[in-house]
Amino acid sequence: MQQINLLLTSLPDGILLGFVYGLAAMGLTLIWGVMNVINLAHGPIIALGMFGTFFMFSRTGLNPYVSLIPIAIFGLLIGILIYTVAVHRVINAPHLSSLLATFSVNMIIIGLGTAILTTSPYNVDFTAGSFKLGSITLLGTRLIAALVAMLFTGGLYLFLYRTRPGKFIRAVANNRAAAELMGIPSTRILALSFALGTMLAAVSGALIATFFPFSILAGGSYELKSFVIGVLGGLGNPIGALFGGLILGMLEGIIPAFLESSWVPVIEFGLFVVILLVRPSGLFGAKQ
Amino acid sequence: MKRSFFSIFTVLVLMGMILSACGPSATPTEAPVAPVPTEAPVEEQPAATEAPAMVEETVTIGFTSSLTGAQEVSSKRQVAGFNVWMNQLNEAGGIKLSDGTVVKFAAQTYDDESTKERVQELYTRLITEDNADFLISPYSSGLTAAASIIAEQNGKVMITAGAAEDDAYKTGNTSLFQLYTPGSKYLISTVDMLKTLDPEAKVAIVHENDKFSTSVVDGLKPYLESQGSEVVYVEPYASDTADFSPVINQIVQSGATVLLGGGHYPDGSNFARQLYERKVGLKFISLLVAPADSKFPELGDAALGVSTSSQWELAATHTPEEAEALGKEFFGPTGEEFAAAYEAATGEKPTYHVAGGYAAGLVLQKAIQDADSIDPEKVKAALEAMDIFTFYGGIKFDTTPDAHGLQLSHEMVVAQWQKDDTGTLVRKVVWPADVANADPLYPVPAP
Repeated sequence: MQQINLLLTSLPDGILLGFVYGLAAMGLTLIWGVMNVINLAHGPIIALGMFGTFFMFSRTGLNPYVSLIPIAIFGLLIGILIYTVAVHRVINAPHLSSLLATFSVNMIIIGLGTAILTTSPYNVDFTAGSFKLGSITLLGTRLIAALVAMLFTGGLYLFLYRTRPGKFIRAVANNRAAAELMGIPSTRILALSFALGTMLAAVSGALIATFFPFSILAGGSYELKSFVIGVLGGLGNPIGALFGGLILGMLEGIIPAFLESSWVPVIEFGLFVVILLVRPSGLFGAKQ
Repeated sequence: MKRSFFSIFTVLVLMGMILSACGPSATPTEAPVAPVPTEAPVEEQPAATEAPAMVEETVTIGFTSSLTGAQEVSSKRQVAGFNVWMNQLNEAGGIKLSDGTVVKFAAQTYDDESTKERVQELYTRLITEDNADFLISPYSSGLTAAASIIAEQNGKVMITAGAAEDDAYKTGNTSLFQLYTPGSKYLISTVDMLKTLDPEAKVAIVHENDKFSTSVVDGLKPYLESQGSEVVYVEPYASDTADFSPVINQIVQSGATVLLGGGHYPDGSNFARQLYERKVGLKFISLLVAPADSKFPELGDAALGVSTSSQWELAATHTPEEAEALGKEFFGPTGEEFAAAYEAATGEKPTYHVAGGYAAGLVLQKAIQDADSIDPEKVKAALEAMDIFTFYGGIKFDTTPDAHGLQLSHEMVVAQWQKDDTGTLVRKVVWPADVANADPLYPVPAP
């Protein structure tokens, strides 16, 4: 009975956190789905989003949710920059080239970040209150983060399926050569796709900063979760990524109710291997 | 095809992470630590009656510091304290030995990136390539355990500052000398205080799953039981834990009224913040290490009422009078002199990690003076015979084969973040009562 009660109190936390994991993973899976590039700069971009919230809140007092707008714009711009400088020239090269290119960007951001910001933890001293539902405590920051994640997911879906550039992205993802023959400017569309991916990473980092302290190295663990979620939800499927995030979040809520918390990664990654073996397309398939 | 590539890549990343925990780091970055200038002089050793020819000898002290990674915050403070000691002594002319030798000190240091693998590589380098004469430990018990193997293999004296875990001294080592109160006694003062404040307290112990925190809990549990306290929940957590919600829910379910635990700065500050946000309603929270740092008030109101066991606080600094009452020699500057020197050098108030770094140098200085030599064997003998008081507290090492080098004399105080008249968070000493400068905030105010 006590375990059930504990499960009920921990599960909502996991689910809310799962939305943000899903948002971060969406960025990674979008880039992979459109251009077959594994963006190893994903983690540092998440960390930059965290620092965006920190500096705007601590220096200007800007509400973290208002600062999502400039952080999203920053995410778009840095995505275009990374694509132009590091990815575009190797986009048709073997996977290893783009992997090394984004890894280099990763190292540059981490190196600069360490030199300027050190690896000390930073904290955004912000709270959005909490709500009690019986024995369940819901933190305002997590609720809002989940809502924002849903909004971004919905926005991304509408963008991809209802707008002209979104349809271009899907066309390039399906068949770049054919899209180019139809007059779609594939270079610009690839840059836009990469920028959208980094924007989602930066926004997820900005949201995470409202509930956990962080350092420039903090994005690494979310990058790793994004890989796992990408496989769980189905590669190239942004909506699947959101559900993958929810599964991961729920596991993180459920497992500690029954086992020591050190078992969480063991079970998470064990499940990941099982999914790879029995359903490599992910739980929610993949849309190309 | 592309899905399988992604999947294979992800598996490789996971394997890489596991292997990276077992193998040496592939990113060597070495960053010398700049010495901190200071002005305050240190009293010199009296010269021999007939002054022989002066020969200057520079002793190299080797250590690593965590300029990056999980131990950065506390490690940098330890090194800053050590640098103040070294610069003070060098500027004051060093140590004059009876044979006319003037001993001055130089530090050789590298960034260990808070990883054991780097520590072992770098301590080997410090000994074999840099020819370090004496060693200071890195910060944290885990890193020190890694360094101690290298020090012991090479027979180098290592003063272990910032490393409280007991086990390294119970494996036959003879070259390590511990400054901190051992982990097994870390929370004794806190439990003693709790017994007077609330004998009926129900205790939850939630701690980082690492060497130091585990050694603290290993000493804490039997002591709580011997005091008749009820322990209702014990849970270790991984060092990189970000979300403490499930653990906090378990604490609430257990009916605990008091929380003892934590680990180091990153996890401890995160834990404190989440406890505050969830309005857990605990009467008392004591966390290891994190609340002892001057960065802790960055948490805002989440810091209020959080306590820690502290190796040293200026408000409860040890004095020559205290040493005299105990019949022991007081060596080195007073706490106020040390704090003034540190503030002059850095503009910050010292924490116990700073004091530990300074005291490491001070103890080595005393040992060289007592030995009247820089010969490692003579210095080691002087350390073994040492039984003194400094501003940092008592210093006496166990010399039995079972626990050689373990600290026997140093005691801890309990410090708690409270608000002063202006509403500013300040760290107050709340226990022992004879050195306290504030009453304990118990129960801590509800968020």
